[in-house]
Amino acid sequence: MTVTVSRPDTGARTPLPLDVEAIRADFPILTRTVRDGKRLVYLDSGATSQKPRQVLDAERWFYENVNAAPHRGAHQLAEEATGAYEAARATIGAFIGAPEREVVFTRNSTEGINLVAYALSNAATAKEPEFRRYAVGQGDEIVVTEMEHHANLLPWQQLCERTGATLRWLGLTDGGRLDLSDLATVVNERTKLVAVTQQSNILGTINPLGEIVARAHEVGALVLVDGAQSVPHSPIDVAELGADFLVFSGHKMLGPTGVGVLWGRYDVLDALPPFLTGGSMIEVVRMEGSTFAAPPQRFEAGVPMTAQVIGLAAAVEYLRALGMDKVEAHEHALTGYALEKLAEIPGVTVIGPPDTIARGGAISFTVEDIHPHDVGQVLDDLGIAVRVGHHCAWPVVRRYGVPATTRATFYVHTGYDDIDALADGVRAAQKFFGVS
Amino acid sequence: MQLESMYQEIILDHYRHPHGRGLREPFEAEVHHVNPTCGDEVTLRVHLEGDTIADVSYEGMGCSISQASVSAMYDLVIGRTVQQALETGEHFRTLMQAKGDLSVAEKLEDELEDAVAFAGVSKYPARIKCALMSWMALKDASARALSTAGGQS
Repeated sequence: MTVTVSRPDTGARTPLPLDVEAIRADFPILTRTVRDGKRLVYLDSGATSQKPRQVLDAERWFYENVNAAPHRGAHQLAEEATGAYEAARATIGAFIGAPEREVVFTRNSTEGINLVAYALSNAATAKEPEFRRYAVGQGDEIVVTEMEHHANLLPWQQLCERTGATLRWLGLTDGGRLDLSDLATVVNERTKLVAVTQQSNILGTINPLGEIVARAHEVGALVLVDGAQSVPHSPIDVAELGADFLVFSGHKMLGPTGVGVLWGRYDVLDALPPFLTGGSMIEVVRMEGSTFAAPPQRFEAGVPMTAQVIGLAAAVEYLRALGMDKVEAHEHALTGYALEKLAEIPGVTVIGPPDTIARGGAISFTVEDIHPHDVGQVLDDLGIAVRVGHHCAWPVVRRYGVPATTRATFYVHTGYDDIDALADGVRAAQKFFGVS
Repeated sequence: MQLESMYQEIILDHYRHPHGRGLREPFEAEVHHVNPTCGDEVTLRVHLEGDTIADVSYEGMGCSISQASVSAMYDLVIGRTVQQALETGEHFRTLMQAKGDLSVAEKLEDELEDAVAFAGVSKYPARIKCALMSWMALKDASARALSTAGGQS
C-alpha cells in the first residue's frame, strides 16, 4: 500500500488518522521546552517512548492504593495486588491475541531474548528429561539476520559460544531488505532456532515473517520474533504471526521502563527449564533439590515489577482506544511525508527502503559531509531529539558503509509539524557547516 | 543559537584541515580506539626519540569534535616528552570536566593553545567522550611505545 501525501506547498496535506493535538495534551513532557525555550520535537520514540498521563496515573494509583507483593501473602492488599497484576497480564495478552498463561513478564525485550537463549543452554544439562527437548549443543545451528539489534544478536552469539552450536545469518540487500535467496540453505535440518526482528530499529524495514516461519517450522526449528519495534506500532496477533516466541518492551509503547513481555507458545514454554531461579517460581523446595512452577510463573523469579506491569496495561488500553490500525496508518502517512521531505534536500541519503512499502516509521539518513553527531547537535539546538550513532545495530551501518546515521522515529503524538522541523533542521545543519 | 559556543571557528578549521593526519613510519606503537556508543574510531601511532614524542600519526572517522580534537592534540604534543604530553592531556581532561565554566578555560589557555577552544564541549556531556578519545589513544600508545623501547634497550 502506498500512501500519497500532498506536498505542504499545496496546502492540502492528507489529514492524519490520529488527532495529534488531543494526543499531545495527554503527554505532560511535551509541554516542557528544551535548549532555551524551544518546543520539544521528540523524534526518538524508537529508543524510548514518552508516557501519557494515563500510564503515570495507573502507576501512582497502584502505589497509593494497592501496593503489595503479588502471589505472596494472604492479606487484603496482597490479594488486590495479585488481582491487579494478573488482570494486567490478561489485558496485555489480549493486546497480542495471547492467553494469559503464555505471557511472561521480563525487564524488557533484551531480557526476554536472554531468557530463551539461557533456557536453551540450560536444557542441555537439565536433570529433568522433559526439559531437554529443546537443548542446543554441538552440531546445532542458530540463525539470525544481519539486521538484528544487538539485543537479538549477542544472546545468540553467546549461546553458541556456551554450547558449541554454530551461528548463521541471513544477509541484507542493497535496498535495505532481508536477502532470503539462501533461506532454504541457511535454515536447514540442523537449525534449532531462528531469531528475527519484525521491524528493523534502524532501517524501518518490515520483514516477511511468514516465509521465514514456514521454512523454520518445515525443518522443526523454533522461531523467536523481536517485536520491540513492531508491537508498539502495528496490530500484532500471535496466532497470525505463527512464531513460537515474541518479545517486546513496555517502555517503547508508552509504558514504563523496567517491564517487557516474552510471549511463548504454551507447550514450548512448558518444555523449557528456567533462566532465573528464586522465589515464587517453585513447586517444592528441599535442600536436596527443587521442582518448578508451571509457566508463566516458572520464568518470573522474585517479586515482579508490579507497578510497571499495571502501567503497561494502562499503555495498552491507551493504544487500544486509539486503535492500532489507526496508529499504523498514522505512522505510515508520516513516514511517506518524511521520506518525501528528506528527498527534497540535496546531500541527504536514506539508509533503508526508499518508499513506504513494508516500512515502518524509523528513518535513518546521512547528510553528505556532516557527521551524524554534528547533525544531531544542530537538531538538538533547535529542540529536536533524534538518535545518532549505530543504534545498537553496528553490523547494519557497517553493511551500508557508513560510520553512523541520524535516525528519526515517530509515534502517536508526531505530526507533520515535527517532520517539517526535522527537514528545516537538516537544512540548518548544512548551512551551519557550510555544505549547502 | 548556542551552537557557536561549541563549534568554535578554530575547531571547524582543525576539522576541515586536520594537522598531521595520515599514518606514518617509523612508529613504536599503534593503537585502535573506538567509541562504542557511536562507532567513532581512531588508529593512532606514536614515534618516540628517547622519551620525546617525535611523531603522532593517525587515521580516523568520527564527528567534527573527535576529528578536530586529534588535530589540535597533534600540535600540542610533538616535540614534548611523553610525561609533558600526558600532563597536557590531564589538563585537557580538566577542561572537559568544567561544565562550561569559562574560568577553567582561562587558566588553561597558555597550556592548551588551540585546544582551549574545546571549552564549549564541556557543556554537552554526550560529546565529551568525542573530544577525549584521541587523548586516551595517545596515553595508551605512549605507554606501549615506552614499554617497547624499554624492552629493546
